[in-house]
This record gives sequence, C-alpha cells and structure tokens, in this order.
Amino acid sequence: MLSSENLACVRGERLIFSGIEFALGAGEVLVVTGANGSGKTSLLRIVCGLLEAAAGEIRWNGSSARALGDDFFAELAYLGHHNGLKDDLSATENMQVWAGVSGITVDRAAARQALARMGLAGREDLPVRWLSQGQKRRAAIARLLVAERPLWVLDEPFAGLDRASTVTVEALLQEHLAEGGMAILTTHQDLGAVAASVRRLELGH
Amino acid sequence: MRSALGWIIRRDLLLALRQRTDVMTTVVFFVIVVSLFPLGVGPEMEKLRPLAAGVLWVAALLASMLSLGRLFAADYADGSLEQMLIAPQPLVLLVLGKIVAHWLVSGVPLVLIAPVLGIQYDLTGAPLLVMTLSLLIGTPVLSAIGAVGAALTLGLRGGGVLIALLVLPLYVPVIIFGAGAVEATQSGIGPEGHLSLLAAFLMLSLVVGPLAAATALRISVE
Repeated sequence: MLSSENLACVRGERLIFSGIEFALGAGEVLVVTGANGSGKTSLLRIVCGLLEAAAGEIRWNGSSARALGDDFFAELAYLGHHNGLKDDLSATENMQVWAGVSGITVDRAAARQALARMGLAGREDLPVRWLSQGQKRRAAIARLLVAERPLWVLDEPFAGLDRASTVTVEALLQEHLAEGGMAILTTHQDLGAVAASVRRLELGH
Repeated sequence: MRSALGWIIRRDLLLALRQRTDVMTTVVFFVIVVSLFPLGVGPEMEKLRPLAAGVLWVAALLASMLSLGRLFAADYADGSLEQMLIAPQPLVLLVLGKIVAHWLVSGVPLVLIAPVLGIQYDLTGAPLLVMTLSLLIGTPVLSAIGAVGAALTLGLRGGGVLIALLVLPLYVPVIIFGAGAVEATQSGIGPEGHLSLLAAFLMLSLVVGPLAAATALRISVE
C-alpha cells in the first residue's frame, strides 16, 4: 500500500503544495489533477523518490520509501515526462537495455511481444529516432508490460497518443488494476471505464 | 547486480558505435594538439624530446575533458537518467559503468595512438613504453574525476566551462606523475615510483569518483 503523510513541495522559494495526504491500496488508481504549475509532476517525482519532499514522506506498506531505497524502486515503474529512450537504439534494444539496467531479464521475444501489443509490430528494429512522438511514447509504455511492477507512476501517459493507443493503454491499466496493481497518474482523460472507483486528488486549492 | 554494470557499459559502447563522430572528435583533437607543438617549437629533436611527455599528457587531458560534457547530459535530456536513478540497483555501480564506458571510448583510443605520436617526438624504447603505460593507468583516473565534474554541472548554464574549472585542478597530480614517470625513465631513475603513485590515484578515484558522482547526480536531477 502506498500512502503519503502531510506532503509538501517547495520549488525555488515557492511553496507549490502542502498537506497532501493520500492512500492507495491494491487495485486502486489515483488521478492527480490541477492547473498547470500546480505541482502534478513534482508530486509524481516525489512519489518516485526523484525529488525530496520539503515536508512529510511517502510510505510503502507502512515504512518510509526513502529508507526502503532499492526495495521500493523494485516495486515501481515510472513513466516520466521524458520517455527515457535512446534515439540511436531500436525500440527492442531500448527495452532490453532498460530491463538489464533495472535488473529484469527480458529476452528479445518478450520485448517484441510487448512492443507488438503497443502497436509497434514491424517497427521494433528501427532506431527510435525514426519513430513519431506517439510511437516513442508507446515504446516507453511497453516497458510497463515487461516490468511487472505493482506500482505504476505515470506522468501524462496519454500525451501524444492516438485514439486506438489510448484505448490500449486504458486496457493495460484495467488489467494491471484487476491483477491487484496500483497506479497514480496525471491525465485529463476520463478514466470512468478503467476502474469502478477512481480516486482523485486535486492540487492547487 | 553485476549484470546491470555490464548492461550500462554495453549500452554506452553501442551508442558510441552508432555515433562514431563523437569518438573520432576526441582522437582527432588529440592528434592535432600533439602535432601542433613541433610546428610551433621547431623540428629539432633535442628540443622536442624533453617536451614529449608533457605535451602528450596535456593533450590527453584536454581531449578527455572534451567528451565529459556528454557523459550525463544526453541521458539527462532524454529521461534515461531518471530511469537509472530509480533502478533498483546501486547508483554507484551504474555510474561506475558509465565511467568505464567513457574510458573505453575516449581513453583507450588515446593510449593506442600515443606510441605513434611519441615517435614524432623522438621518444623510443623504454621512455615510449613508460609513456604508454602511464597513459593506460592515468586515463581512467581522468574519466573517474571527470564524472564528478560532469555530474555536478549537469543542467547548469555554461556547464562546459565550469567542468574545466572544477576538474582541471584535480587532474594536476595525474599529469605530474604521468609525465614525471617518463622524465624519470629518461634520466635513468626508473619510473616505478611515479607509476605506483599513479596506480594509487587510480584505485582512489575508482572508489571516490563513482560515490561522489552518484551523490551529485541525485542533487542535480532534483
């Protein structure tokens, strides 16, 4: 279970948000909303441990995520604003390298299968440089499929995706939640179809 | 854990192979700087011979620094660095992998080409061998120390100049003992003392460098 206690974030000299509390259990999804600059991305980065909270902390199953360190990172898959793909490597190579660095073993077949699921069949071996924005996003999302991590942290996962891909990602999210996973994401998409109860956290009040 | 180290080295080597111009820039820069001195100083072997070690070492140092800016910047820009920071692996190990890859790509070619350039300065026999050996031991130190500078200046404006200011003073012991080893051989004292100290710097920098760079990366990415 993921929870936060009295979380605050300061960027520069400015207090972005404070007193943020949430709890997320198995099979639940939390959608973070708010105006531009309200700290959605900052909140997700704090959850991932990429940013240190000015106050409060993130807890994973009751213990501090920061103290858990690598044990917490092993539970987490993060899709950031940037895709984290190397332009000169193909989508398959990107996937394998990412998995290798993250300590997961993914063979070529598994990587290709995940990419095919994201509609990139036939483009797996092209340098990512030659893919469109939306296709790059899909290649990045395909990582979630091979990682098998219980917690997904997704920053605007639908940005740049076409209608068909959006439906695919919603289906992935639905499967993930049905298997007892959890997800925290920022999006303007209506996720009514994905989960019966979508928790919402609005920043910037 | 060890495989993550292997993967990061393999990745950076593959990327270097795909962007061969980056590697070539370092080598060509090294060759040009070393070849400029005889043109300026004059072709007399008596003048050039004592300069050899110093010139080769200064050129190696500048060439290695040339590629430092790219060490983490590309990974930072495309988000790969974020993924590395949250990989369930010790970050120190991943940074060590990047240092090793940087040395293989920008240090080893210099070591390989140095004997040829040494001949240009009438460096032969034992001094030439010691020159190459000192570069072999010393260039990984440049990558390890450089990684700390690259991590500290990540995302800063004018980072390139700042790296030079941070890193060059730390390179001083390497150049003193690297070039000193060759001079000691030429004067008949023997290079063992200098090379041992250089090796000690290598050990120290391989431990401290990745640790300091990993800490700096976490701060820079915030």
